[in-house]
Amino acid sequence: MSTDPKPPRPVPEGDEQLAPYFAAAKDGRLVVQRCSDCGALRFPPRDICSSCLGVGAEWVDVSGRGEIFSYNVMHQVYHPAFASEVPYAVVVVKLAEGPKMISNLLDCPVDAIRIGMPVEVVFEPTTERVTLPKFRPV
Amino acid sequence: MSLKGKVAIAGLGQTRQGKVYDRSYVGFAVEAVQLALADAGLEREDLDGLLLNPGLAWGTAAMGSFMLQQALGLRDLKLQATMNIGGATAGAMIQHAALAIAAGMCTTVACVFSDRPLKSPEEQKNRSGGKEGSAASYAFARGLDAAYGHFGVNAMYALIARRHMHTYGTTQDHLGAVAVAQRQWANKNPAAQLRDVPLTLADYHASRWVVEPFHMLDCCLVSNGGVAVIVTSAERARALKKPPVYIWGMGQGHPGGEPAETLVSGAPLASSTAFRMAEITPADVQLCELYDCYTFTALVTLEDYGFCGKGEGGPFVAAGHTAPGGSLPVNTGGGQLSSSYMWGMTPIAEAVVQARGEGGERQVPRRDVVLVSGNGGLLSTHTTLVLSPLPA
Repeated sequence: MSTDPKPPRPVPEGDEQLAPYFAAAKDGRLVVQRCSDCGALRFPPRDICSSCLGVGAEWVDVSGRGEIFSYNVMHQVYHPAFASEVPYAVVVVKLAEGPKMISNLLDCPVDAIRIGMPVEVVFEPTTERVTLPKFRPV
Repeated sequence: MSLKGKVAIAGLGQTRQGKVYDRSYVGFAVEAVQLALADAGLEREDLDGLLLNPGLAWGTAAMGSFMLQQALGLRDLKLQATMNIGGATAGAMIQHAALAIAAGMCTTVACVFSDRPLKSPEEQKNRSGGKEGSAASYAFARGLDAAYGHFGVNAMYALIARRHMHTYGTTQDHLGAVAVAQRQWANKNPAAQLRDVPLTLADYHASRWVVEPFHMLDCCLVSNGGVAVIVTSAERARALKKPPVYIWGMGQGHPGGEPAETLVSGAPLASSTAFRMAEITPADVQLCELYDCYTFTALVTLEDYGFCGKGEGGPFVAAGHTAPGGSLPVNTGGGQLSSSYMWGMTPIAEAVVQARGEGGERQVPRRDVVLVSGNGGLLSTHTTLVLSPLPA
């Protein structure tokens, strides 16, 4: 692990809508929103359910298991925090429960990533206050 | 009531495009309108409608079209709007202009796009950020994405392209074939930014990765400049300087949901309306000017209009059908990959050039039915225009 000072990752810590998500991640739990009216699961969070337009929602635990829906490999540096990480992969994980999440895949070289690969969540402390859910191959 | 052949494009104005810095974004828009008016043989006073698609440089200017009205010194407009559905906006502006003209609200509408995302070397030197305002303007991130290093439209489209490759067996060679075919067209277009740069499939593979599966040559150019198109009634257009380019058909399609799941753009929806109005089928289309923010976008659009089966866009292009001399010329000026990126105005402008027979070395012989697509978001918004030099 490099000890060079590196600019911090841009994490939307102040995002009120994501606060329960970050709190759960810190606690080692992966959560998504569930519509109180129709039960549809959703992520990222919304004020109003796009399936039934119901207003109420609660955050519920999900299994943290899923599969790679798609991925790309970033070569261009768009933010200094990632300058020493290129090329790195960004993955879309389709959770077993349905919703999709943008994330990173740990413990897997970029050229070994495949669509359909089963993965599970791991929790990576990113800043003092924020732990980011990431994934690794099962 | 059909509008087929009732409304026409009567003027086209294109500023110099690419790494040109001698105008502001408003200045490029004004110059484009002046050029379009001159092309049509009209005066500024003849305009009574103004629609603007503001590029990135316009920022959050909520009333760009009013800014442009003032900059152009236009009085007593009867139609005005600032519009944005991404790369589908240019087509949408022409459609709204046509509808307003047919409804009797106005007679002569300028549809305008301009942008100035590139900073001159001098401007870059004078600001601390160095590269800010360059292609990085397209590198925004949504919500949590930045925390995972997911930046920019390139990266978002790459995820969809990867799904297409997985689902249909589309290969890197297929994507490269789009880039090579369009460059062959650009090599014949004096105004193309990459006119003098030949391209082979090997060159394509050797170009640097931006975000896999996209090489740099899978991504459109980033250009400064402006384009304006004058829309008026067919009757009025026939009395003007240039031969009219008639609007035979037009439609929109915005499917919603997740294009990454369906891998289908709004083209099927938009074309069903436009083809019915134009009274044509895909077999009648003689050339295409397709929105090509990426090689992948052009490829999937060919599938969605039915020029080949779903998932067969790669082999279709690799067989040479879309290149010079092919059975279905596509993006005959080089498109946004090799000529210039004026959002949806690039395909519309080239369609006008071809329909008039002004294409010079790149002019295609069969030009009676020209298909133009616009695409915005992530395969999310879509407009179709069917254009022709013939009234019906």
